Amino acid sequence: MSQPESAVADARAGGRKDGTPSRGKEPLAELASRYGLRRAIARPSLPAYVRQLWERRHFVLTYATSRNVSRYSSSMLGQLWQVLTPLLNAGVYYLMFGLILGARNDSDNYVAFLLTGVFIFSFTQRSVSSGAKSISGNLSLIRALHFPRAALPLAYTIQELQQLAVSMVVLLVLVLLTGEPITLLWLFIPVVLLLQTMFNIGASLVLARIGSTARDMNQLLPFITRTWLYASGVFYAIDVKVEHAGGPPWLADILYLNPAASYIEFMRDILISSHTPRDWVWGSCVFWAVFALLVGFWYFWRAEERYGRG
Amino acid sequence: MAELTKELSQVKAEDNNVPKQDGKARPTAEPLPTGTPTVIVDDLHIVYRVYGASSDAEKGNAANALMRLLRRQGRPQMREVHAIKGVSFVAYHGDAIGIVGRNGSGKSTMLRAIAGLLPAHQGSVYTDGQPSLLGVNAALMRELTGERNIVLGCYAMGMTPRQVRAKYDEIVDFSGIGEFVQFPMSTYSSGMGARLRFAIASAKAHDVLLIDEALATGDREFKRKSQQRIQAMRAEAGTVFLVAHNLDVIEETCNRVIWLHKGKIKMDGDPQTVLAAYNRA
Repeated sequence: MSQPESAVADARAGGRKDGTPSRGKEPLAELASRYGLRRAIARPSLPAYVRQLWERRHFVLTYATSRNVSRYSSSMLGQLWQVLTPLLNAGVYYLMFGLILGARNDSDNYVAFLLTGVFIFSFTQRSVSSGAKSISGNLSLIRALHFPRAALPLAYTIQELQQLAVSMVVLLVLVLLTGEPITLLWLFIPVVLLLQTMFNIGASLVLARIGSTARDMNQLLPFITRTWLYASGVFYAIDVKVEHAGGPPWLADILYLNPAASYIEFMRDILISSHTPRDWVWGSCVFWAVFALLVGFWYFWRAEERYGRG
Repeated sequence: MAELTKELSQVKAEDNNVPKQDGKARPTAEPLPTGTPTVIVDDLHIVYRVYGASSDAEKGNAANALMRLLRRQGRPQMREVHAIKGVSFVAYHGDAIGIVGRNGSGKSTMLRAIAGLLPAHQGSVYTDGQPSLLGVNAALMRELTGERNIVLGCYAMGMTPRQVRAKYDEIVDFSGIGEFVQFPMSTYSSGMGARLRFAIASAKAHDVLLIDEALATGDREFKRKSQQRIQAMRAEAGTVFLVAHNLDVIEETCNRVIWLHKGKIKMDGDPQTVLAAYNRA
């Protein structure tokens, strides 16, 4: 079993023993600089990186679509699973929390309340967990072709967004069936989804970098996302639960600051007329979107030249 | 001793020549093209991490894993492979360099490092322009049709939609798979898959071209076609690196051969000399 440091040290020592001189790096490096050669692996500046990523937009889109097409290609029902999966999820949660545990009193329209929560949360959850594998699961691609590595987590999030587009149609139809009216507020639906997508991209960029070196992340992530699910008020109203438990109102405020909870609340505000979220929930949505995207992109870019070492 | 050598190599560098090490079995007399250098590899070390290779001594059960954590030992599943151990050379404009060596001698790893796809553990690679590996296989998806894979592969290599439209028919023609282009790639025979992959990979022009065993696929007619295509690409590209086990191909196309052995350069020179020595070994 060869350790890296010792192996390099061995090689150096071995080289010297052979009588091979340990040459300084200067001559070749000087030769390279005189002819204007660049290091093969050099991280581009942040603006250049953004530009490269923009040039690869067709790849990102095609890659996302291709993955969506190939995902269900082996099953008999095919693309129908894009609709069935969220529906089945919502059904299970309704059985569990609506009927058995009795959270139905948390909202006047519990079915719409629950469905919105499940669909919106699963968008973030799936983006984050697929983003965590986007680098470690694509090593062969990274070792074969040149492209800004951020294209991979980005494509995975776009793929989930495409799936969400299908789910949203299902969600809107179901919400209408529960008796909610179509209002002008529906014009805000794309805005919420845009903000949430920005957050998801940022979060999956962060997790992609972590997951590229810490393989144990993939084992741990399901537990983290499940805890997140339970804390985000997907199948219960956070303020009602906190009140029941005798907790102070600021505790509910803090829980609503959680990005997933914020996006769910914003969407419920739009879709369910009787639902009244905190006034500032849109502010939390905007903050998380901008913060996550900027920090995530910067954090991912910092390690750009190291992806692919495995 | 060390100072002397350093001085010596500096003098040589000023002569615009490859700083060769003394006392190594490398012929210095062969006529290297004295054009501008396009690729400089400077004391390159590559260390791979391999996961999931557990040794026989340790059984992979949970109790052992816990003990290992307590003793603060590394994971046995993670092995480090020192694939390239200090390689240095300079490639010039117009060079066609063949790389020979046994399986596992680090040929493919070195190509990937030159392409800038594998980070160096130590040392560095300097290049003029963007070297590209002739390998698009990793981006393709078996469940998708040939049509979709052509588009996906072209985008993965960084082509624009207009270039893709312009090249699409040419790729289909060159691959010669005909109407199978509408079927999923999983239904292709291995020869058809290889032909389509090569057709996609070679659809783009490159500055520095790295070819890894691309010639050993397809039937006889396709082999002839792909050899022609590679010759044409060599004419366009500044420098070509070619990894092959078929020594005839290397002797025909290359003007310089590097022999890698266990991650080090064993010999570097003109094809006749190096290949003769390689065949004797």
